[in-house]
Amino acid sequence: MNIVVLVKQVPDTATERKLTSDDKTLDRAASDGVINELDEYAIEEGLLLKEKHGGEVTILTMGPEQATDSIRKALSMGADKAVHVSDEALHGSDALQTAYALAQALGTIEFDLVVLGSESTDARTGVVGAALAEYLGLPQLTLADKVDVDGQSIKVQRLTDYGYDVVEAELPAVVSVVEKINEPRYPSFKLIMQAKKKPVEKLTIADAEIDAARVGLANAATETVDVAAAPPRAAGTIVKDESDGGVKVAEFLAEKKFV
Amino acid sequence: MAEVLVLVDHIDGEVKKVTTELLTAARRLGEPAAVWVGEGIDTGSAKLAEFGAEKVYAAPAELNDYVVAPTAELLAKLAGDASAAAVLVSATPENKEIAGRTAVKLGSGVLTDAVDVSAEGATEHSIFGGGTITHAKVPNGVPVIAVRPNSFPAEASPAAAAQEEVSIELSDSAKAARVTERVVREKGARPELTEAAIVVSGGRGVGSDDFTVVENLADSLGAAVGASRAAVDSGWYPNQFQVGQTGKTVSPNLYVALGISGAIQHRAGMQTSKNIIAVNKDPEAPIFELADFGVIGDLHKVAPQLTEEISKRK
Ligand SMILES: Cc1cc2nc3c(=O)[nH]c(=O)nc-3n(C[C@H](O)[C@H](O)[C@H](O)COP(=O)(O)OP(=O)(O)OC[C@H]3O[C@@H](n4cnc5c(N)ncnc54)[C@H](O)[C@@H]3O)c2cc1C
Ligand SMILES: Cc1cc2nc3c(=O)[nH]c(=O)nc-3n(C[C@H](O)[C@H](O)[C@H](O)COP(=O)(O)OP(=O)(O)OC[C@H]3O[C@@H](n4cnc5c(N)ncnc54)[C@H](O)[C@@H]3O)c2cc1C
Repeated sequence: MNIVVLVKQVPDTATERKLTSDDKTLDRAASDGVINELDEYAIEEGLLLKEKHGGEVTILTMGPEQATDSIRKALSMGADKAVHVSDEALHGSDALQTAYALAQALGTIEFDLVVLGSESTDARTGVVGAALAEYLGLPQLTLADKVDVDGQSIKVQRLTDYGYDVVEAELPAVVSVVEKINEPRYPSFKLIMQAKKKPVEKLTIADAEIDAARVGLANAATETVDVAAAPPRAAGTIVKDESDGGVKVAEFLAEKKFV
Repeated sequence: MAEVLVLVDHIDGEVKKVTTELLTAARRLGEPAAVWVGEGIDTGSAKLAEFGAEKVYAAPAELNDYVVAPTAELLAKLAGDASAAAVLVSATPENKEIAGRTAVKLGSGVLTDAVDVSAEGATEHSIFGGGTITHAKVPNGVPVIAVRPNSFPAEASPAAAAQEEVSIELSDSAKAARVTERVVREKGARPELTEAAIVVSGGRGVGSDDFTVVENLADSLGAAVGASRAAVDSGWYPNQFQVGQTGKTVSPNLYVALGISGAIQHRAGMQTSKNIIAVNKDPEAPIFELADFGVIGDLHKVAPQLTEEISKRK
């Protein structure tokens, strides 16, 4: 079973993140790029499925040159090869354009299953998986915390507001995973060394047959009009509990008319 | 005036508060038309009328037998037929997926996690865990907007809520992912987490799967109970109550964090709460940076005292 795992490089959540002042897109120079945390679970799930069913795991990333670091990290977890779509024309693409471009890039790869994270930590739209399934015309089995493949059939547990749904479909399919699904492995020294030699195919938009008129900031279907720092929260009152902490909170609540 | 489609969130006919907020926002943009999928419309339509739905499209429950795609087909069809001015949904994970697919079908754009919507269909967003405010719009086509619950108050404004049955021939690809079983966890008597005006959450500091110290305080305030990922991962509290990056995003009037350190992933889910109270025995805990009122102390002492004090004041 050939699996493609979608990996996005994002600014480290632990650092200060910004949008640029000129075109209001993500300021990638402002913080270190790391693998979107949720995508580590997607990589792990891809590797677990490969261990069970055989085949290959291919990492697919769309992003600027520096995303190569995240691709190497993904390969050092055990993925076999990678495809990196990188083209100046993609800069500033929105969520749907990203899904379209990824769908086109998937056209160059043979796969039975696409696995992705349920959400990125920077933009957090959570729509790429669904939009990708729409573009590809494939079954959408997203928000999964359990995945089982049996021959040509796939079954997942999809987290819902009220519990979960069991969802079934035929391969090929698109699956997104939540962080409850597994525990991502750490790359071993051996795998880190091997990863340096694994193939990373670079694609331009022309290579992936991505229509330049459908991607990039100028063609985006959404426009960020302005960006501002949120007004800082007024400093709160912090007290030490002197056996009266609960009473003090109650007084605060009374003042604010909560009680 | 053009129609503004509002996808209704309901549980067996009981309309969720967020839908009344969406109807309120929809009235700024045009004529609200609610879209109801599933059973229970007779129970729910009064609420939709109260908050300004001129029309209610009623679609069969069959759509829910498949994942996301059928509802997106429905919304895209209705938006096309009515030349809708916008489509509004609540920003739950599932509805954001519906929004994305609807926008693809309409050839327009999707804006997620809006905290406000203007009369022109422009949106306000609170990004990067609340540190940055942006405004955005969909310059061409029907904007599809996912709005975060509890972002602005709902206002009543009675309207006809004229019911219109809709039928839709689903495409084969919309039926490709089938829901073969639905597992509903017990709902309980407390308000729903994303809708509650007050949320009391417990973290690793609670120390065991005995969450009564959190629940008692929540009940004294009529609040929902939440939990940090550490508490959920320890098996102390069920998954669906997790607040944060990969749990639920809440924006209540009051958020009480008991024994929660305030990791960035937790903050991502609660930072837009209007008032924040923290109880933590570590004075260095980052949650205190957010707190309007904080107590450095043992939650097992502070919370019960607070619960008692609230009961006394009732
Ligand atoms: C703060 C902020 C807010 C934004 N808001 C919006 C908005 O409201 N509407 C809009 O249309 N766009 C928005 N964008 C732009 C949009 O986020 C980007 O196009 C982004 O690359 C795709 O969306 P996402 O990261 O939210 O994906 P999500 O849907 O949250 O990501 C889900 C998964 O998709 C995969 N994935 C996503 N991007 C890539 C990639 N480049 N390469 C490989 N795999 C990928 C990953 O597996 C990821 O886990 C926003 C961007 C920022 C920085
Ligand atoms: C991909 C990813 C997604 C994540 N998503 C989420 C998410 O959705 N939600 C989430 O919450 N986390 C999430 N996390 C985890 C997050 O990074 C933290 O690990 C988590 O929030 C910690 O939970 P906590 O504050 O309860 O525990 P800790 O960080 O261990 O904090 C416990 C706190 O309790 C205090 N304490 C201990 N005993 C007492 C006492 N008796 N009285 C008072 N205070 C006491 C301690 O001083 C400490 O500050 C995510 C992480 C990753 C990598």
